[in-house]
Amino acid sequence: MNVFALDPAYIGGFGLDEALILIVKVIAAFAMLMVAVMLMIWFERKLIGDMQNRIGPALAGPWGILQTLADGVKLFFKEDLIPAQSDRFVFKLAPYLSLVPAVIVFAVVPVGGNFTTGDGTVSWWGNATYLQVADPHIGILLVLAMSSMAVYGVMLAGWSSGSKYPLLGSVRASAQMVSYEAALGLSLAAVLLSAGSLSTHDIVAGQGGYDWNLWVTGIVPFAVFFIAATAELNRPPFDMVEAEQELVGGFHTEYSSIRFALFFLAEFMNVITMSAIIVTLFLGGPDGPILTEGAAWLWGTVWFLLKLMVFLFIFVWLRATLPRMRYDQLMDMGWKVLIPLSLGWLLFLGALSIGRDRGWPDAAVIAVSVAALAAGGLLLRAAVRAGQAERQATEAAAAGQPAQGGVRP
Amino acid sequence: MEIAVFAVCAVIVIGGALGVIVARHPVYAALSLVATLFGVAVLFLTLDAPFLAAVQVIVYAGAIVVLFLFVIMLLGVDRAENLRTEPLGGQRPLAVGLGVATLVLALLFAIAVGTGGFGDGSVATGAPAAVAPERDSCTGLSKALEDSSPLVAACDGTEPISNIRQVARWVFTDYVWAFQLTGLLLTVAVVGAVVLARGRRGADGDDEAAGPAPDTAPEAV
Repeated sequence: MNVFALDPAYIGGFGLDEALILIVKVIAAFAMLMVAVMLMIWFERKLIGDMQNRIGPALAGPWGILQTLADGVKLFFKEDLIPAQSDRFVFKLAPYLSLVPAVIVFAVVPVGGNFTTGDGTVSWWGNATYLQVADPHIGILLVLAMSSMAVYGVMLAGWSSGSKYPLLGSVRASAQMVSYEAALGLSLAAVLLSAGSLSTHDIVAGQGGYDWNLWVTGIVPFAVFFIAATAELNRPPFDMVEAEQELVGGFHTEYSSIRFALFFLAEFMNVITMSAIIVTLFLGGPDGPILTEGAAWLWGTVWFLLKLMVFLFIFVWLRATLPRMRYDQLMDMGWKVLIPLSLGWLLFLGALSIGRDRGWPDAAVIAVSVAALAAGGLLLRAAVRAGQAERQATEAAAAGQPAQGGVRP
Repeated sequence: MEIAVFAVCAVIVIGGALGVIVARHPVYAALSLVATLFGVAVLFLTLDAPFLAAVQVIVYAGAIVVLFLFVIMLLGVDRAENLRTEPLGGQRPLAVGLGVATLVLALLFAIAVGTGGFGDGSVATGAPAAVAPERDSCTGLSKALEDSSPLVAACDGTEPISNIRQVARWVFTDYVWAFQLTGLLLTVAVVGAVVLARGRRGADGDDEAAGPAPDTAPEAV
């Protein structure tokens, strides 16, 4: 039983050829990811420099492109400090718990292949295969599972440091990441509804010929997914986890040397893989015009990388532009806006697809769904308003009492 | 191969379970629980249930244990407990006795199931037993459902069987009442927890446990 992959290369059993293909894929994907992280850190620093009217890294290599390499070498040779108050075992474990999920997620991303006119397979040494390390049955659920594992790295790092600021950072991180995972999963469900499969290859294949989920599912799931992904990545404007002005460095305050570098690596790796996941889910992955028939598979990779660059640019752009949100605003947005919105939209899409199956007129289905969802939305708003009013009343009552409270022994 | 995977997973699962009980530190106990959940997820994979494996990791390891750890950190109970004090007299011998009794009963039941009936592939109780022997390319569940459902793909190994489809079919047909009632129970539990956590504020305005201004609370104590 082939639990792990639907890849056509492994259908006829697992021999030497298949093992070689797998090894080449793993090494290529890992190397790509590492180089991409190196370039991404340089890209972010350079771009933010431009946006803030500075030069940015300029000395190491042409345009400072080797700056990250120099920083990495420097971090390797720094002294590795472990705080006396820390829990030594967990303190050493946490960076790896952060890094491993970041690496694993990239395995399910299709990075190339001709999906526009073909089925996305390429031929290596006479074996048809996909341009992705693995295509498991659970596909996109692996991404969700790994992004929920990533919480542990941040959380345990903060706790094991045995220090106040990291602990505050990790408490914020765990609440934020668990909350936004719900919105992430619900907006993902809309994509799965239109794709009818969990496998990333099938999701991309279903979007071939510009039927991208961005407009097939309406723009809403994409918007929710993008916002929730930004929060899941702890990127600005949602980087309360490492808010410098409040928490020093957040969860990694006490880390130094290569352990700190591992956190840094995992963070940027997550940015890249999450952008790749967004491209896969909503923008058709490698789908795009095939300009030369000779190397059709190559164009898939070209379009994939271009789309990836767009999202990486947007993430940097957000960081340079938006001020950090307040923590209660963040939680309000997650629970009271994004989750109801994505849930309502999912129900709407479900009603629409059932209506089409049964042959009901679209206009009637839309009218009834909008009415039902509007009623639900009004109820939700009333509940939120009532809660707010009650909280304000209690706060007002509490504000009148501190004199009383202060006298108590 | 499968035996090797099972052996490794069994060691992880049982080791983690022991760690949950034995570890004096709540955080280590929670981490051992994560190891156990991961081992069980891998066992699900070897039983051709990748969907259950993914859900196990997402829900249990990704959300529930994270909340455990969150509470442990937030309440600051992250230090070793003093095991000498026993708030409820005689609970430890009772726990050992009940545990051993449950284990013996479970083993007896397993032996009875393994040797006796149930192996006839009857849908209600025989499903887990039916999965084990035939794990070629489709599970016992899909075999059981094949004749009754046009939704489940043919079980001849040419087409990958959708695990989710099987789970969804069971959850929304045969076990729809159990599923909905469980959901209702969880909702009631959540509402109850919210009511309990908020109720004290109305009764006692300057209660420091539920006070809206936590930074003044330590001084009031």
